[in-house]
Amino acid sequence: MTSALVFLAAEGEKENPLIPPWPEVVIGLIAFVIVFGFLAKKLLPTINKVLEERREAIEGGIEKAEAAQTEAQSVLEQYKAQLAEARHEAARLRQEAQEQGATLIAEMRAEGQRQREEIVAAGHTQIEADRKAASSALRQDVGKLATVLAGKLVGESLEDHARQSRVIDRFLDELEEKAEASR
Amino acid sequence: MSADPTQVLAFETDCHLFDGCGFPAPGLHSFLFEPLLGDADGNGLYFNKPMLLALLGSIIVVGFFWAAFARPKLIPGKLQMVAEAGYDFVRRGIVYETIGKKEGEKYVPFAVSLFFFIWMMNLWSIIPVAAFPVTSIIAYPAILALLVYITWVSLTFKRHGFVGAFKNFTGYDKSLGPVLPLAMTIEFFSNLVVRPFTHAVRLFANMFAGHTLLLLFTIASWYMLNGIGIAYSAVSFVMVIVMTAFELFIQAVQAYVFVLLTCTFIQGALAEHH
Repeated sequence: MTSALVFLAAEGEKENPLIPPWPEVVIGLIAFVIVFGFLAKKLLPTINKVLEERREAIEGGIEKAEAAQTEAQSVLEQYKAQLAEARHEAARLRQEAQEQGATLIAEMRAEGQRQREEIVAAGHTQIEADRKAASSALRQDVGKLATVLAGKLVGESLEDHARQSRVIDRFLDELEEKAEASR
Repeated sequence: MSADPTQVLAFETDCHLFDGCGFPAPGLHSFLFEPLLGDADGNGLYFNKPMLLALLGSIIVVGFFWAAFARPKLIPGKLQMVAEAGYDFVRRGIVYETIGKKEGEKYVPFAVSLFFFIWMMNLWSIIPVAAFPVTSIIAYPAILALLVYITWVSLTFKRHGFVGAFKNFTGYDKSLGPVLPLAMTIEFFSNLVVRPFTHAVRLFANMFAGHTLLLLFTIASWYMLNGIGIAYSAVSFVMVIVMTAFELFIQAVQAYVFVLLTCTFIQGALAEHH
């Protein structure tokens, strides 16, 4: 134990582990400066540039995606607006068509009514005229027939043949005259 | 120290339990290296294994980032993605979190370099053949802590002027009343003397202790590989694996803590004193 301590003490005298030997300090400095020099002057600036570029590329990608999304959104809205407008237009047209149809039907109905009334009126006039004509013709004919009948009735009773034939002749003549005249 | 027997690795001896030789415990001598070039006793110019590892480590860090970032692509490859994740971790996870994005941006390269440099230096601990954390030699944490110290102290003067910086260092606060001189003395001492020391020693001691533990179990599993000791040797070997995994974790944590503290100091230097 004591010998070990003596040994350690001797060692400590020879080389205290907490006292840095100068050559090693210098080498340590050189070694570190090599690392620091390369990293600080060349390698880290290079990689920083690339990291920055990458960040920008990613951000650019995000921006692009955002722009695309905005555009898609606006197009969608446009389509929706157009669709709504078209629906509105269709509804308007249908309404208009309905209205027009209703007017047309009403007009046609009125026209039909009018025509019907005209036809009916014309018919009435015709009928009236025919009736009048028929009645006047009938009156004449009835008169005639009555006269003829009367004549006949009267003539039968008469024995006088000559007179009879005279009256008949006269009557026939009259008839002929009438027929002539009516022609 | 050229003929120092402690410089011989445990594996190179045939020293085992029950062979009548003592346990070659790891100690301070485990952190001393025969110079590969030059002579430490002579003019002080020498080149040893930790120096080699330090330079090699910085070349590996630069090489890694060079491969990943020299020709960066907008859509990153695998290597670039990994490097970007590491870069982003320090940038966002440490610098932006402590200093803020606007002021912190300037210190990102410093923090990133510090983090990966320290991590690499720590990682040497569990890389076969190298198997030595460079940061367990005080010189390396010390120079890094010194750089940080210079950075934040000069920044404090630049930002607040001489009087402002003095107030910043001493935590000047009128409401403390009569204890103000005492508080100021303590704060001054704590900020300007203790802080850089603990900053360096925290990293150094963690790596030093970690490496000692690894050595202890590794040497033990070799030393006990004899007779009944083989059972203990197996346990010790399991501990080597466990400690290696633990060290892997500690190495990253210590690099993180060092950089986090660096950023906290810088933030403190930038902060307006109330």
